[in-house]
Amino acid sequence: MELITLFIAAILVNNYVLYYFLGICPFLGVSKKIDSAFSMGLAVTFVMTITAVASWMINHWILIPYNLDYLQIVSFILVIAALVQLVEMFIRKISPPLYQALGIYLPLITTNCAIMGLALLAALKDYSFAKTVVFGVGSGLGFTLAIVLMAGIREQLDLADVPEPLKGAGIALIVAGIMALAFTGFSGMIN
Amino acid sequence: MPSKSVGAEYIKGLWEENPVFRQLLGMCPTLAVTNAVINGIAMGLATSFVLILSSLVVSALKKLIPSQVRIASYIVIIATFVTIADRFMAAFFPPISKSLGPYIPLIVVNCIILGRQEAFSSKNSVGRSLIDALGMSTGFILALLVLSSIREILGMGTFLGHQVMGAWFKPWIIMILPAGAFITLGILLAVALVIESKTKTRKN
Repeated sequence: MELITLFIAAILVNNYVLYYFLGICPFLGVSKKIDSAFSMGLAVTFVMTITAVASWMINHWILIPYNLDYLQIVSFILVIAALVQLVEMFIRKISPPLYQALGIYLPLITTNCAIMGLALLAALKDYSFAKTVVFGVGSGLGFTLAIVLMAGIREQLDLADVPEPLKGAGIALIVAGIMALAFTGFSGMIN
Repeated sequence: MPSKSVGAEYIKGLWEENPVFRQLLGMCPTLAVTNAVINGIAMGLATSFVLILSSLVVSALKKLIPSQVRIASYIVIIATFVTIADRFMAAFFPPISKSLGPYIPLIVVNCIILGRQEAFSSKNSVGRSLIDALGMSTGFILALLVLSSIREILGMGTFLGHQVMGAWFKPWIIMILPAGAFITLGILLAVALVIESKTKTRKN
């Protein structure tokens, strides 16, 4: 039950983009088309899940037993960079169509703060292994939901008459603000 | 680029190439920690510390770092300084460190820092890199200060914890919620664009 609550909370209540402000760069940069937004969301979900597992193992099997938790930041970022590289090679071998679909978004994920944020938040909240994995999947899906919704709105927005200075990032941020406001409505759902 | 004077190198970070308003870099911390002025200042100073020191080290080592592994090397250098900043805050300013939570360690993935190493420090002398890093840091702190002042004054009626609005003022709760951050920054970006185009037409 606790896991289900955590899962739903990660998607709706503590949405990565709209609550923690993580992954704003791809959220604004790759949300012009629904297709590419969806691919980006999937790539992030995928990497997040693997990162959740890897960072938990490193934290609990290496860093904590040897009292090295001050190395968290350095080791997490290196693990993420290596992992993204590995995932990229793996996908290229196993599923060329998926590799094609993800394209440039895969390497860009290394510098996505959502991934690093996931590893840090899970370590900070001291989640168990199962919780970390659920948190990873849920956060990834939450990110996908936010970026796809955003892309849908922005496709419509192209046709709207936006004041000149607000065009581009300005209006995108205001739309994100209104979305965040809508998502606050979920906060009463889970205590 | 080398023709730029030292002053111009510094000034460009404040407005012309302001990391937040003009280059749209480092949005995550900008939005996340600006619900109170004190958090904005702390975040700005921590980021500046990391940016300045990493710029110094990267520009000093630029000949020693092979270009194939430069990004990885930059990340390790940045992560080292972020760890120092994080530990320092946790030891000396525990309440601020607690309220900033994971955002101090997240400086490591702040695109401003990696971006400056790649675009500037890896090609310029130590002195110029220092000036550039100082300019960018000032620009970043300035942006955080503007955003957090607006949000704290309107959201809580206070500035640095002191009451500035009269008793008649009803705080706009939305400003301290995530939604307020997005909307305020969106409007500020538009204002920055208007000012920019006004000054451009005046110059012509």
